[in-house]
Amino acid sequence: MSDSRHIDLGEVGDVTIARFVDKKILDESVIQEVQNELIKLIEVDGRKKIVLNFDVVEFLSSAALGGFVRVNKIAKADGGKVALCNIRPEIMEVFKITQLHRIFTIVDDVESAISSF
Amino acid sequence: MPDPIQFELVIPSDVAVAQDLSERIVAELEVRDYSRRDIFGARLTMEEALTNAIRHGNGSNPELEVFVRCEINDERMLVIVRDQGAGFAPGEVPDPTDDEGLLAEGGRGLLLMRAYMTRVEYNELGNQVTIERTRSTD
Repeated sequence: MSDSRHIDLGEVGDVTIARFVDKKILDESVIQEVQNELIKLIEVDGRKKIVLNFDVVEFLSSAALGGFVRVNKIAKADGGKVALCNIRPEIMEVFKITQLHRIFTIVDDVESAISSF
Repeated sequence: MPDPIQFELVIPSDVAVAQDLSERIVAELEVRDYSRRDIFGARLTMEEALTNAIRHGNGSNPELEVFVRCEINDERMLVIVRDQGAGFAPGEVPDPTDDEGLLAEGGRGLLLMRAYMTRVEYNELGNQVTIERTRSTD
């Protein structure tokens, strides 16, 4: 499985673990690359269970949130599911302010994310 | 504590330049020991305000510029961002937290700015935003 410059990919059984590499996800080009890579996993590679690991992410913009919303929609439309994990408290606050914690599956760690499917 | 600073500058409609400016402002808060949340919120707010000015206000037109005034001291950060666009009506931005808004891919920037800042005010035209963050005590 190839990695983009912005995501490290791994597999645990039929679950794809996508670990972000960048501490800050705000550049339009980065967001677009990340989004495209995740959509490719779903639509081309047929991955149905995807974990987004935010353990190194310290900052993200509202545009990044929009990208995750799009990926989540595409996954659901394709019969798949996305789970987010290892989100720092300050990033979690962003999800809560925007109420996006209501539409995403957000868990503590990778193991919990795998179990959530 | 460092002395108060204030500056005005004009930047091009270039998000990379805007990010550098955001980091410059965040650095001034860090050196004054603003709280972690204040710093996070300021970085996010500057990112949103400047990106909005460039993309939505100026339509990413490289011939248009963004005016920024910044005042930072131990008590507060005040930033004014003005674009050369036609403006907009902030009151007409759809609620991004209702059922329809949650599924939208954009429209969250203003909500986030208001959540982290003490004051976010637009001028009548809607092409200038005044952002203020008084130092959090917790």
